[in-house]
Amino acid sequence: MSAVLADMPKTETSKTVVPASTKAIAPSKGGRPWTFYALATLFAAYVIALYGPMFCIYVLSFQDIRGGLVFPMKGQSLHWFVDLFTQVRTGDVKGSFDRSIKLAVIVTIITVVVSFLAGLGFRKRFRGDTVVFYMMIGSLVAPGLVLGLGTGLLFQALGLNASWYTSALGAQLSWTLPFGVLVMFAVMSRFNHAWEEAAYDLGASRWQSVRLVMIPVLAPGLVAVALFGFTLSYDEFARSLQTAGSLNTLPLEIWSMTLNVTSPSLYALGTVTTIVSFIVIGASLGTIVLIQKKRGSRAKG
Amino acid sequence: MQPSQTPSRVNFAGWLYVSPLVLVLVPFFVAPILVVLAASFFATDGFGGLTPGFTLASYVEVLHSALTLKLYLATIKFTVLTWIFTLIIGFFVAYFLVFHVRNQLLAIGLFLLCTVPFWTSNIIRMISWIPLLGKEGLINQVLLAMGVIRQPLEILLFSDLAVVIAYVHQLTIFMIVPIFNSMARIDKKLIEAAIDAGASRLDIMRLIVVPMSKSGIALGTIFVVSIVMGDFFVVKVMSGGGSASVVSAFYEDVGVLQYPTAAASAVLLTLVLVAIVSLILRTVDIRQEITR
Repeated sequence: MSAVLADMPKTETSKTVVPASTKAIAPSKGGRPWTFYALATLFAAYVIALYGPMFCIYVLSFQDIRGGLVFPMKGQSLHWFVDLFTQVRTGDVKGSFDRSIKLAVIVTIITVVVSFLAGLGFRKRFRGDTVVFYMMIGSLVAPGLVLGLGTGLLFQALGLNASWYTSALGAQLSWTLPFGVLVMFAVMSRFNHAWEEAAYDLGASRWQSVRLVMIPVLAPGLVAVALFGFTLSYDEFARSLQTAGSLNTLPLEIWSMTLNVTSPSLYALGTVTTIVSFIVIGASLGTIVLIQKKRGSRAKG
Repeated sequence: MQPSQTPSRVNFAGWLYVSPLVLVLVPFFVAPILVVLAASFFATDGFGGLTPGFTLASYVEVLHSALTLKLYLATIKFTVLTWIFTLIIGFFVAYFLVFHVRNQLLAIGLFLLCTVPFWTSNIIRMISWIPLLGKEGLINQVLLAMGVIRQPLEILLFSDLAVVIAYVHQLTIFMIVPIFNSMARIDKKLIEAAIDAGASRLDIMRLIVVPMSKSGIALGTIFVVSIVMGDFFVVKVMSGGGSASVVSAFYEDVGVLQYPTAAASAVLLTLVLVAIVSLILRTVDIRQEITR
């Protein structure tokens, strides 16, 4: 998805130049081949299967007090949302929600800065770059629970207390940073070095060229990195399990609820956390589109 | 860039830029892996205490246990099934978006529609199958009402089937994205030329599209295989405790403070994973693929 986010400016500008590239391959110019209808059906089925179950739990979370875990819907109310934030037996939802948001914000900031710098570093080959690259890939594909246990044992051995803002923060970064850097690769590969050289020719310092040329040009990509940083941290589970210490983050709270809560509170929590995710996704994609639009109008005028 | 930079300056600048990344990955990826490796050779008092030393007892225990083989077979079964389904669905969804949707903005919109759930909670997406697959769930209700079945099907939820459904639901996106990327780079003129030369639809698929999306397929496979093999919570929740995988057994070991056994099994799993991933990497230069 990274590449496509980065692709957005490219397609918008190139569309007017080469309309021919938008033509699909079809044996006959006008009609669609039968494969189109078959694949369109598959695609529709996939999207329904992707979103259908999620919508079921959103709908079921609005039942009243008689509500159960399955259809049919029993009444309509906000009972289970109130229950979620007031009942003690469902655990410390408010606190974990609070912690998860704070943690996600910290992770996002670090991810954007570190990924941007790493993106700059990887533009040129340097001695040992392959080691760093495969270290990153390793961090991405390593089983999260194993890494989490290792981090937990490491903190134990060093006599440090595991907590959400130390060990869990680091464990989450080992997950968000590889994604962030991969997105930066996609973004950087479309950055035209002539702009940077032009800045140097006009007497810009290295810092000025980064601040006045690179960051504004790469802004949509950086927003995409932020989106990855926030959502991957906010939903991270396996790596946090052994590293969060005594206070839960939200996914850990949801995990413990799946094991012992059998009321629609669980669905209500699912609805709340998904709303937060959707707000973040919407805001990020909206920002990217806005930047592109602003650029488009400035280029024309 | 500024002209006339010596190689040593380039090396220095490169390391300077990636140093923050390295400063995170060393303590939170390299060190934990080494700690787990060390712990696998330690002895335990059975109460979570580790005695530094060097013993292969944990490996002997893991390798001798009949359970280990069963766990690996179960994990491989889930991995292969998930891989097949995500590959088929992912390939054709990407193919549809790249080659059949004529409006490029629409294609990107539909692509984003597929990716949005990736940015939401996996756990929530998993439990959202409960109201559908449960014994009193929607699918059983519909089938009963239609008269297709007399008894509610019990194998829908808390079974291996449910585990595979949840995996495919979560991981198909990891196939779609890289395959979409490599397919989008295929020059459409190539296919038009093939059509002009009389190639059939199957020929185009077999001789052009599949070979040219190979790198995307390889990348997607790495993602799907490593996530399924490293997963424990989907297996635990969706099988209702009926099935186990290597990592869910690891989780149980950690729960009862059997750190050395857990660590030994984690080291073995990591070796298996590294072997599989490097086998796949032999077919594709991942770095060149990602950075170009």
